[in-house]
Amino acid sequence: MDAVRIAVGIKRVPDMEARFKIGADGKSVDEAGLKFDIADFDSYAVEVALQITEKQGAGEVVVISVGPDVVQETLRKALSMGAARAVQLQCPAVPFDGLSIARALAAELKDGGFDLILFGKMAIDSANHSVGPMTAELLGLPCVTAASKLDVTSKPGVGTARRELEGAAELLEFPLPAVVTIDEGIARPRYPSLKGIMAAKKKPLDVKPAQLGAVHLSVTAMALPPERSGGRIIGEGAAAVPELIRLLQTEAKVL
Amino acid sequence: MPNILAFAETRGGELRKVALEAVTAARTLANAVGGGAEVHAMVAGASGMAQRAERLGQHGADVVVTLEHAGLAFYNPEALAAAVAARITAGGYRAALFSASAQGRDLAPRVAARLGVAIASDVTGFELAGDAIVVRHPVNTGKVVATVSLTGTPAIISVRPSAVTPAVAARTPRVEAGALPADPAVSRVKVTEMVQGNTGALDLGEAPVIVSGGRGLRAPENFKLVEELAAAFGNAAVGATRAVTDEGWRPHSDQIGQTGRLVSPELYVALGISGAIQHLAGMRTSRTIVAVNKDKEAPIFKIADYGIVGDVFEVVPALIQAVKAARQAH
Ligand SMILES: Cc1cc2nc3c(=O)[nH]c(=O)nc-3n(C[C@H](O)[C@H](O)[C@H](O)COP(=O)(O)OP(=O)(O)OC[C@H]3O[C@@H](n4cnc5c(N)ncnc54)[C@H](O)[C@@H]3O)c2cc1C
Ligand SMILES: Nc1ncnc2c1ncn2[C@@H]1O[C@H](COP(=O)(O)O)[C@@H](O)[C@H]1O
Repeated sequence: MDAVRIAVGIKRVPDMEARFKIGADGKSVDEAGLKFDIADFDSYAVEVALQITEKQGAGEVVVISVGPDVVQETLRKALSMGAARAVQLQCPAVPFDGLSIARALAAELKDGGFDLILFGKMAIDSANHSVGPMTAELLGLPCVTAASKLDVTSKPGVGTARRELEGAAELLEFPLPAVVTIDEGIARPRYPSLKGIMAAKKKPLDVKPAQLGAVHLSVTAMALPPERSGGRIIGEGAAAVPELIRLLQTEAKVL
Repeated sequence: MPNILAFAETRGGELRKVALEAVTAARTLANAVGGGAEVHAMVAGASGMAQRAERLGQHGADVVVTLEHAGLAFYNPEALAAAVAARITAGGYRAALFSASAQGRDLAPRVAARLGVAIASDVTGFELAGDAIVVRHPVNTGKVVATVSLTGTPAIISVRPSAVTPAVAARTPRVEAGALPADPAVSRVKVTEMVQGNTGALDLGEAPVIVSGGRGLRAPENFKLVEELAAAFGNAAVGATRAVTDEGWRPHSDQIGQTGRLVSPELYVALGISGAIQHLAGMRTSRTIVAVNKDKEAPIFKIADYGIVGDVFEVVPALIQAVKAARQAH
């Protein structure tokens, strides 16, 4: 492989530190006052892509997002980190149906000539873990989900990855092109430099209509979960241990 | 017939707890559908899968569909996605249920994409509402719960581990050998090595008790205290915060939180953990939460059922002895 071409699917998500409110329609999150940024795992995926092209010495990272015009801000952020160009697949709102997003992405990626297509293992808001493997299926490409290590430059045309399972891990080998979704721990996303931010303003950002297809899933309500009643301090230091044991036995009944 | 399919996950040929959860969830849904709707459980491995039928029947499977091939010794996504999708197409199922485990999160979306239908992922509850299946799915790190209506057939659903408790609904299942439309031997993604974690150690997703340590433990060797407390409970797994996994004191696979594992044990013991929002995102649904922290203002106390203000190096040794004594008294 000479120049390596990598596409990364990125999503714009609200900052999770926020205190969320439900919108007036009862089935959305009120966006007023929320800060938005690139989703956590997607920023790791961008970082992985940049590191691969840097290691290879030649290549291109293209970032893609499905959504309304506000996603351009998220795409610019990835451009300021070092991606070469961006594509917005435009639609009035990001669909909740992962298959619709995957369809739009697959239509754009199909003839893109990418060696590698990266996603986050999940978007931190929807937490579906679905768009990556769905896109891979639609494209007919091999796919590894939740990779905690990835190497595509050591052996031409072949990738290797590590994927954590519950209490175990798999080492995998697969042919390129392939789709890989990125877990945490693989790379720390870089902060855009001032130079990067200036350069990003001039990088190409194409806007195309998203081909979403039929939707079979709808959100009928959003609600805040009941508050956890906690906040009971039973004592200080080792002296509190007997009381804790008593409560675990008689009240919580877990001992 | 509107039957329900359950994918019964195995590792090393053994059924995992999440397999029984998926079958129990399928039984609940089949009972709601009524009209004698059956639960068909699919189970895959290198060999001997028919021997898993009895246990699946215990939890409500009417039919056990076995997939056996040397190439299924490890999880084989391509062969399984093809086999499950083909079975769903041929069987006309109303819904297919998976666990939202590492395997299920990989498999379920592939099956849905092959069938061209939507998936509801990581659901914590579900019910039948007329022609739709309505599910609950936590979003925004559990701070918001979405109610989602799936109108297409089949509905593909992955169920959050531990959201369903395996229940007994015993029957003697019929056993069928399932078809493998894609040869497991020619899968493009190959497992070259399986790295076992702590053998014998309970997985965070399955352990009834989790003892977690944070930066307050100060050094990796002090996790001995966390491990000893876990051992004293006897049924506990060890977790950690990102501060700890970032330092390399514990592997990333132990991390609980927004970008780590989501857990819901009966008892969660937080030692030297401040209770950052990203950590709470992974454990706030635990049934009972205990916290030990020397700072009485630490946010972890706001969600703890029982808090002790104190030094972990003083409190934890006493707690280890007390838990041992309490368990011996039984
Ligand atoms: C995008 C993002 C994702 C993240 N994801 C996660 C995640 O998945 N999981 C996660 O855990 N974090 C995550 N974090 C990090 C999170 O914000 C916190 O930094 C982290 O949880 C803090 O870990 P801690 O509680 O161990 O450390 P600290 O916050 O440093 O807390 C240590 C605590 O120990 C107490 N202490 C110190 N000494 C003692 C003693 N001798 N005895 C008793 N108590 C003592 C202190 O009072 C303090 O409260 C994420 C952050 C970001 C930005
Ligand atoms: N609207 C979107 N545009 C581009 N990529 C997306 C979008 N939504 C999700 N993705 C990608 O798919 C991954 C998994 O998302 P999800 O299936 O929603 O958890 C994310 O981490 C992104 O990489």
